[in-house]
Amino acid sequence: MKKLINDPAKTVDEGVAGFAAAHSDLVRVVIDPPFVVVRADAPVAGKVGLVSGGGSGHEPLHAGFVGHGMLDAAVPGAMFTSPTPDPILEATKQVDAGAGVLHIVKNYTGDVLNFETAADLALAEGIEVQSVIVDDDVAVKDSLYTAGRRGVAGTMLVEKLAGAAAERGDSLDRVAEIARTVNSQVRSMGLALAPCTVPHAGEPSFELGEDEVEIGIGIHGEPGRARIALEPADRLVDRLIEPILEDLPFAKDDRVVLLVNGMGGTPMSELYIVFRRAAEVLAERGIDLARSLVGSYVTSLEMQGVSITLLKVDDDLLDLYDAPVHTAALRWGR
Amino acid sequence: MSGLDGAWTRRWIEAVVAEIATRKSELTALDRAIGDGDHGENLDRGFQAVLGKLDALDDAPTPGAVLKLVATTLISTVGGAAGPLYGTAFLKAAMAAGDRPELDATGLVEVLTAARDGIVARGKAEPNDKTMVDAWSPAVEAAGAAGDDVRAVLEAAASAAAEGAIATEPLVAHKGRASYLGERAIGHRDPGAESTALILRVAADTR
Repeated sequence: MKKLINDPAKTVDEGVAGFAAAHSDLVRVVIDPPFVVVRADAPVAGKVGLVSGGGSGHEPLHAGFVGHGMLDAAVPGAMFTSPTPDPILEATKQVDAGAGVLHIVKNYTGDVLNFETAADLALAEGIEVQSVIVDDDVAVKDSLYTAGRRGVAGTMLVEKLAGAAAERGDSLDRVAEIARTVNSQVRSMGLALAPCTVPHAGEPSFELGEDEVEIGIGIHGEPGRARIALEPADRLVDRLIEPILEDLPFAKDDRVVLLVNGMGGTPMSELYIVFRRAAEVLAERGIDLARSLVGSYVTSLEMQGVSITLLKVDDDLLDLYDAPVHTAALRWGR
Repeated sequence: MSGLDGAWTRRWIEAVVAEIATRKSELTALDRAIGDGDHGENLDRGFQAVLGKLDALDDAPTPGAVLKLVATTLISTVGGAAGPLYGTAFLKAAMAAGDRPELDATGLVEVLTAARDGIVARGKAEPNDKTMVDAWSPAVEAAGAAGDDVRAVLEAAASAAAEGAIATEPLVAHKGRASYLGERAIGHRDPGAESTALILRVAADTR
């Protein structure tokens, strides 16, 4: 294992400390209980508070999305491990301005259980909390016999659009409804060329042969639909985008946001090769590419891989996408 | 010994802390095969925190007081799925133990049953879903049939949990991250069932 770390046990602590130092204009960091990254001006009077969180290792998700127009707080857990209820409760209290708080939770057993517990505790303290579970990963076929579809890169779009709705003053019910609508209209699928190594584990999270690709990978290295031999990028893009298009399904004349997301160890140049083919497929199907986003936003440490996300939008959702945002990892219009 | 008192409960938890520290790599290796490779580390972090808080207890705590301390500490330190699940188990066990100074065989069975029921309610797993329920459920059944000797109840629960953990190996998982593996989970033991077996084995071996 070769990493830019000092001590495997301190990777999250030192990373959060660095984030706080770099972005003190945007956030403040609560260290007890560890850790809560809070928007610098929270609680914002009259505004619904948005809290998300989950295991660390997916940066810039979620702390990188704390700021104007997106999240009010992020709760980073240990590496690939859900945070405990204490910091989630603390985050909820820090951002509650009396208009209620929305929890945005990726669909993993640990995240769901810890956020549920925190929401119960918050309700006991008189804070109105609603929760939205994000499960955009089409790679998981059979939700009946699994923990259900996973929350992956589509999560950042839920956070962006719900964040914009909260910023313009929508009620908790309305912000939650928008978050659920976005989740119901967003689909993602990813692949990995090489695994990642969790620092304290010291060994790769899974084995992948030199010429093998895992199609449908999860953001913690969970297996997907199939392990196949490496192919040209265009063919691999087709293997990701076709199941996405079929799933919603996306149809001719639909307007979409296309997110091509790097998993942490993939160069931008390759992400654009992926984007090129994905846009080509959309054009072939008569689907209107309304907005594009390319970058490493929902990562899996240094995993080499990519995910494709499509969100179907209407005028209102597109307005929310375009609304000003000012966070460490996403900034436009402001 | 007639019943299990607070001092015994504390010795048991201290022995669990030591055993998890010894076997955390093994638990993590099981988790790496079908989960996300952190079960041993997460439990170790939680139980080390428990160890640091045991001295804050009264000189003669009840079993329920020790169990409650374990519950709140695990909930606030472990994270993942194991934190809320074990935390709930110990919390329900503490509530079942109540203020009793000692647990006899009947009381112990009530405590074990409450722990299992708490895990089932929180995680919504059923038997044969390849989860810790597959160790807890046979343990509770065996404990209930073991008679009125508290030692025999502990031994029955520990043995049944160990067999239950082994019996998860041929199963396909229906809960948690292992469920995404489908048939690829076959042949691997569930880490939560194994840590359950560990905790109950240490209980049977604690004098």
